[in-house]
Amino acid sequence: MNEQLQLDFDKVIKTLKISEKEIQLKKSFLKKFIENGFPNRKQEDWRFLDISQIIKKNIGELSFFNDYSLPNKIDPSIFVDGLEHNKIIFINGRIEKIDFSYEDQSQIEINDEIGKNIKFNYENSLIDLNNAFTNKVYKILIKKNYSLKKPLIIYHSTNNKIKSKNLNLSLNFELEENSCLRLIDYFSDNTDKNFVNILYNFNLKKYSILKNYKLDKFRNKNLKYSFNNIEQEGNSISETFILSSGSDYFKNEVNCNLNGEYSSAFINGVFSLKENQQHEIRSTINHLVENTKSYQLIKSVLGKNSKSAYQGRIFVDSKAQKTDGYQLSKAILLDETSEFNAKPELEIYADDVKCSHGSASGSLNENSIFYLMSRGLNYQQSKELLINGFLLDVVEKITDSEIKNLVKNIIGLKE
Amino acid sequence: MDTREKDIEKLKDYKYGFTTDIENIKAPKGLNEDVIKFISKIKKEPQWMLDFRLKAYERLKLLKEPNWQKPKYPKIDYQDLYYYSAPKSMKDKPKSLDELDPKLLETYKKLGIPLQEQARLNGIAVDAVFDSVSVATTFKGELTKHGIIFCSISEAIQKYPDLVKKYLGTVIPVTDHFFATLNSAVFTDGSFVYIPEGVKCPMELSTYFRINASQTGQFERTLIIADKGSYVSYLEGCTAPMRDENQLHAANVELIALDDAEIKYSTVQNWYPGDENGKGGIYNFVTKRGLCKGKNSKISWTQVETGSAITWKYPSCILKGDNSIGEFYSIAITNNHQKADTGTKMIHLGKNTKSKIISKGISAGFSDMTYRGLVDINSKAKNSSNYTQCDSLLMGNKCGAHTVPYIKNKNFDSNIAHEATTSKISEEQLHYCQQRGLNSEEAVGLIVNGFCKEVLQQLPMEFAVEAQKLVGISLEGSVG
Repeated sequence: MNEQLQLDFDKVIKTLKISEKEIQLKKSFLKKFIENGFPNRKQEDWRFLDISQIIKKNIGELSFFNDYSLPNKIDPSIFVDGLEHNKIIFINGRIEKIDFSYEDQSQIEINDEIGKNIKFNYENSLIDLNNAFTNKVYKILIKKNYSLKKPLIIYHSTNNKIKSKNLNLSLNFELEENSCLRLIDYFSDNTDKNFVNILYNFNLKKYSILKNYKLDKFRNKNLKYSFNNIEQEGNSISETFILSSGSDYFKNEVNCNLNGEYSSAFINGVFSLKENQQHEIRSTINHLVENTKSYQLIKSVLGKNSKSAYQGRIFVDSKAQKTDGYQLSKAILLDETSEFNAKPELEIYADDVKCSHGSASGSLNENSIFYLMSRGLNYQQSKELLINGFLLDVVEKITDSEIKNLVKNIIGLKE
Repeated sequence: MDTREKDIEKLKDYKYGFTTDIENIKAPKGLNEDVIKFISKIKKEPQWMLDFRLKAYERLKLLKEPNWQKPKYPKIDYQDLYYYSAPKSMKDKPKSLDELDPKLLETYKKLGIPLQEQARLNGIAVDAVFDSVSVATTFKGELTKHGIIFCSISEAIQKYPDLVKKYLGTVIPVTDHFFATLNSAVFTDGSFVYIPEGVKCPMELSTYFRINASQTGQFERTLIIADKGSYVSYLEGCTAPMRDENQLHAANVELIALDDAEIKYSTVQNWYPGDENGKGGIYNFVTKRGLCKGKNSKISWTQVETGSAITWKYPSCILKGDNSIGEFYSIAITNNHQKADTGTKMIHLGKNTKSKIISKGISAGFSDMTYRGLVDINSKAKNSSNYTQCDSLLMGNKCGAHTVPYIKNKNFDSNIAHEATTSKISEEQLHYCQQRGLNSEEAVGLIVNGFCKEVLQQLPMEFAVEAQKLVGISLEGSVG
């Protein structure tokens, strides 16, 4: 694999117009990745789902170079109906279109920041891989006091031109004081056996609000990894919702640093999995100053041969008094072959805090099914009703009503 | 202040901080095949026992010390330790208590367990371990009447080789992790209990441990077997003398419960925790594992951990038999620079197995406390359930409290529920107590005892009183 990496890397470098210094930086990331390789279960963060094994089993050999010289045709049928929105379209990892036509153009700045690799202290070889191979890194800046009128949908779509490829995407967002962004990641795939690696960096200034919804609904055989790093200043709010249901493998990581007082972070997630799917959410919330708040709710419904994992970590610094941290994960196992793993972790160094976590897993309650059946539903309907109610609980946490309805439609939940 | 006063002053710091001056026989320093052969020879062990040790030693050479735990410690030089030391008077084995070295008896008196008296008054059979060799075993007569075997493991190897051979290393195999394997290679002594079929042990069995010789790692090995339909409650309590060098304690405890049997294992651990600057103290790296081998069997662990510089242990239950039950009740208190990484593992293999975990952690001063637990429900463990509750209490913002539960559910018929909270003692509670005439330390003691109540209730009477006092003493100086 290492030779392939080096060859593909050289090809990527040739296509880029960047300075020698930046090339050196990319080389150092590649070197780090070659040293560590894909993460495996020996690493604590990957103990439940071993990406290195999964790539071997599902894909085999990956190649890392993608030819971005030619544009791809945009298929408008993938667009979300019934919701006016701004667009960024990735096809096979290439940015095809950036469209902010609903907005005041002077309030948004978009810059190519390929040279400025944002470094944060995180031991993760997939981030090294991303940093080494991304060919474009746009930074989207929302100016002070501006709230986007319409949500921004980032389409992640693939077409059948690629196979056994590794795609690396990266975007940086900066929300200036008192600005607001609603961001939807919308996945639609026409391929299988690719590994998509997405890295987002969010920088939230005072009083800004970020709402990020990751919707992976359509069944496909790709493997995906997404990492959100969120830096929050005082009074800022971040809300992350993850619908994890389409791909063969999807691991969503959210690392949230609450750097300013009265900042808060919300993470809600739904796993709805079937045959051979393996999904994971791993969240790290670092409460670093006083009076910060975090809330997490993760629910899983697991069908045949599926496996979900939730690793949530709340860290409370000794300075972070008056922290309020909450974590709850629940799972319904529908089949004897389904498996749920959880590691809800608390690491607390301050005494005046309220932190709790809970985790529960089991099968559907037979009494509830009996109740519904005695009222005229059949077994299948009763089961569906209970599962929908179980998941609806999380969807109801979405604070934006437009998007809440969109998500309900996508999942097929009725009020 | 003259020297004598200074000495008394020192003693005050740690109630049980004294050493008895008895000449020791020591194996030469270091860990190698010869030392293992020496231990085996001096204990007059049969060949199969020596083979067991050597097999463990071979395995040990391949193993690395684990390093995933939260509390880090300076590297231990295993070649710089003594692996065997015995009080000299053991050379001619005493026939009765009266023949014991008076100094030994004195030591026990200071510990608060004068053997004869305690045995008579409490009706407890005491198998006191001084350093590495069992010194005296009382109440043998009463136990023998019921066919119960309660003796040192060395004695058991001589007298009941079939039982030991059959069960030793079946729960903690010689191929287990580093410290367990180290113990298998060099263990010196410990307790052996066998409860025959259908017998309910008429009294609580109890062992007091004591580390005495400087630089001696203590490697205890305990094996408890409860045959079909039997019941036993076993108490283990320990205190250790004050030492500057860190002392390693790597014991192995194996419990085996056959059909319908129940084992209740209670521990009060109060090894020397080091001084207020974190100097010295015991490393308590113990492997405790129980196997519910038979149907309807039950194993229950209760522990009160207040001592040791570093406590690193996970008393576990393997629920193999159908309908078996595992329980874990724990209070862990860390103060000053103490560190603890403790919890349990509940491994559900059989059908209808149930487990319950109640863990209470209290950290004060500069200490660090981690609850780490695993609940693993296997795909064959139909209709199993687990309930876990772990609560932490923090005093001050220099200490830490961490919860790291691992939850694995591979069976859709089974339920797992886990809850954890972290909080501090509220001002209102303190104020309420103080209004009623308690000083702040008494108030904290009272509130903490209330916080721990669910676990303290599980302890046998004799221990409960001691443990309650211990909870109060351990937190002295942590408020105000």
